[in-house]
Amino acid sequence: MAEHERHDYDVIVIGAGGAGLRAAIEALEKGARTALVCKSLLGKAHTVMAEGGVAAAMGNVWPEDNWQVHFRDTMRGGKMLNNWRMAELHAQESPDRVLELEEWGALFDRTPDGRILQRDFGGHRYARLAHVGDRTGLEMIRTLQHRAVALGVDVYMECKIVRLLQAADGAVNGAVGFWRENGRFVTFSAKAIVLATGGIGKVWKFTSNSWESTADGHALALWAGADLIDMECVQFHPTGMVWPPSARGLLVTEGVRGDGGVLKNIDGDRFMFKYISPYFAAETADTVEEGDKWYTNKADYRRPPELLPRDEVARAINSEVKAGRGSPHGGVFLDIASRRPADEIRRRLPSMYHQFKQLADVDITAEAMEVGPTCHYANGGVRVDADTAVTTVLGLYAAGEVAGGMHGANRLGGNSLSDLLVFGRRAGLAAAERALGLPGTVVLDEASVAEVISHALSFFANEGGDNPYTVHQDLQATMQNLVGIIRTAAELDEAKDRLVELGERAGKAWVEGNVSFNPGWHMALDVESMLACANCTTLGAIERKESRGGHTREDFPKPDPELEKVNMATRIRGGVFTVTPEPKPMMPDELAKLFEEAH
Amino acid sequence: MATVEAEAVSPARASGAEIVMRLWRGDASGGAFKEYRVPSLEGEVVLDVVHRIQSTQAPDLAVRWNCKAGKCGSCSAEINGRPRLMCMTRMSSLPAEPITVSPMRAFPVIRDLVTDVSYNFEVAKQIPSFTPAPKPAAGYRMAQVDIDRGQEFHKCIECFLCQNVCHVIRDHEENKPRYAGPRFFVRLAELEMHPLDTLDRRRYISENMGIGYCNITKCCTEVCPEDIHITDNAIIPLKERVVDSKYDPIAWLGRKILRHPSPTTAAEAARHTGAAAALERAARSADGGRSADRSPGT
Repeated sequence: MAEHERHDYDVIVIGAGGAGLRAAIEALEKGARTALVCKSLLGKAHTVMAEGGVAAAMGNVWPEDNWQVHFRDTMRGGKMLNNWRMAELHAQESPDRVLELEEWGALFDRTPDGRILQRDFGGHRYARLAHVGDRTGLEMIRTLQHRAVALGVDVYMECKIVRLLQAADGAVNGAVGFWRENGRFVTFSAKAIVLATGGIGKVWKFTSNSWESTADGHALALWAGADLIDMECVQFHPTGMVWPPSARGLLVTEGVRGDGGVLKNIDGDRFMFKYISPYFAAETADTVEEGDKWYTNKADYRRPPELLPRDEVARAINSEVKAGRGSPHGGVFLDIASRRPADEIRRRLPSMYHQFKQLADVDITAEAMEVGPTCHYANGGVRVDADTAVTTVLGLYAAGEVAGGMHGANRLGGNSLSDLLVFGRRAGLAAAERALGLPGTVVLDEASVAEVISHALSFFANEGGDNPYTVHQDLQATMQNLVGIIRTAAELDEAKDRLVELGERAGKAWVEGNVSFNPGWHMALDVESMLACANCTTLGAIERKESRGGHTREDFPKPDPELEKVNMATRIRGGVFTVTPEPKPMMPDELAKLFEEAH
Repeated sequence: MATVEAEAVSPARASGAEIVMRLWRGDASGGAFKEYRVPSLEGEVVLDVVHRIQSTQAPDLAVRWNCKAGKCGSCSAEINGRPRLMCMTRMSSLPAEPITVSPMRAFPVIRDLVTDVSYNFEVAKQIPSFTPAPKPAAGYRMAQVDIDRGQEFHKCIECFLCQNVCHVIRDHEENKPRYAGPRFFVRLAELEMHPLDTLDRRRYISENMGIGYCNITKCCTEVCPEDIHITDNAIIPLKERVVDSKYDPIAWLGRKILRHPSPTTAAEAARHTGAAAALERAARSADGGRSADRSPGT
């Protein structure tokens, strides 16, 4: 076997979005030798696309806000499937994590008295999202990037990790990858590994996610023996662009609705008033007049139904389009032009203005946008311990979108950016503590390394096999059509069969050319990860015979109180994907009391 | 010419019609334009067409991209010779075919449309970092009016198109070791104008970042996809600071204080004594950064 490049660290963090950067900063500050390994250039990760804001109960705009209210909103938004302890830690710690960004140079929009301004978002009782216009993610990733660079974190860019390595006791102790630039292999040995690889959007055809969201961390964890939970709960964001075709799926921030935008069908009706579920009826305005007054008086009025949690709004849009009341290109209308002055729209939503102007020739200050659901977020993910972010595999940690539990069956807008700060920090801390407490040096199993390298290169020898891009497109079509927003047993079973066939084709996919910056090769390896995720999502969706949050079954349209008590755990055992309903952690009484007024 | 470009939609650009693209293929040892023909689809941007060529005719065609929404700055290239983001350039906005796409010229080619932009990440390591005044008990306060300019600079998506067109380095590789380039003048300006920052970077900007080389041709401003007024709002004020009050600590402190009406912040800034030490630290690590390559993956 050819000699490969080797690096040794205490902690390696895979993924350089918000969670990975925050984890690396923390691990380094705790004294661990830390490396950050990422698939793209530094600062390009999907966090950069987050728009609306970061949720934290700082109470700068509404002093009534506090962590208990945020906790309650998060759990109810997640249809109570959330890991209560994660939701609690998240609500308690997110204000400090946001203020910390300010100490590192972030410039959030301000209140008149000079504090951080907060905006309204779906499912949040009070204006709670700290933001920078509609480019909050860019501000966050850049701030964290500058901080990591200033501290001297070693960053390894454009490196694709193919597999994790494990010691005899099962603990992860390294990773094998290659430089995208030249295809040369590299190993990283480490005493602790943090997965911060983000999402899974590229498994579906219409998605708001960037090319990197190929479920890499989910697959690395599965292959190392870890559990995933609730992968069936996929968030379809209600407002993605629907036209032009090439822009289909691009995100339209929920901030448009938070700032006063409303949804209308082809007849001009604000249809959301017809879709207020009993679950949220007590806290949702039932007239246009009341909804409009809420923006300025939250004490006396209830929020408009356009600001229901994302799963509710996405299903409503889907129903309107199916009933033939959609917009010309198969979406509905999102109108802020008739509701707010043009200069205010341009100031508060500059990148939306820019995006529609440049890609669709639509001036959002003068006309309505056409929007429809787009695959946006993995609510489920790798099973972790709330306090330490450790997975079910020793030495392996997960934070951010790749981790499951925090958001239950449906994530509230703004809770992702705060999630990755809170749990990125916790993962970095716990990983550093483990690494610094372990004596000795790590020795990798060379036979395993050779096996991974040989597997990665095998695609070049599959002459006559499918083009990896074609396999990817077929996978996307399968998941979009059969495991989309609304699901049925028959379609899910069909998807399960097709995934077997796609798995065979993917294994035999043929990569042409050589190893130097070859996107076809990268795709062949990304498809492996995406297939692992697709299998878990499909199995979870078959087993969860109810509708809850981001998982909607046409044949089981209501939530089942018994299934509220379980996580759908998926894992690989004996080379086979399995799914098992397992009891979720139960909330202590003092927290359960917070929900009594709501029911 | 510009007006013709904006309006001209070739009749052959109707949906389904064939379009002719000339993409640069090659590596550090050389290369050439290769012609591809693909059917046109409604509303496409250049990156869509490049992707379609990649998935159907040239699976190993190297191209960087991430968000396809103009937010990450990964897909910079030269389209018909003009530096643009491929994801934000609609096919219908381009003149008659063939359309050429080539890699950014200021950076060494890795393969096809992908260039080695590691120069930028090396410069980034040398910037003396944000050094805030100690946090008052009640937390920091900043007025929106005091951060408007900083927020303009923070819009930068690091596409490096400004670096690509900068005359100082575009055809002068030898200037790179002593020149930061427009992207990093924006970064330095954002730090210098940050209401909470306390560091004096003037000597560093002049001596290590090479701001004197910039002769204000505004090419950087013209190509910025975020419409940041790089020359007027970042570079010129930086040049003025460096030249006008060269190494005058009284004038510098005065400006730092007068810029911020908040008495808390100003008092904290004046009391802060760690600034000089922090700058020295930064300068030391910057010198080390020149030789020590910490990112072998780039």
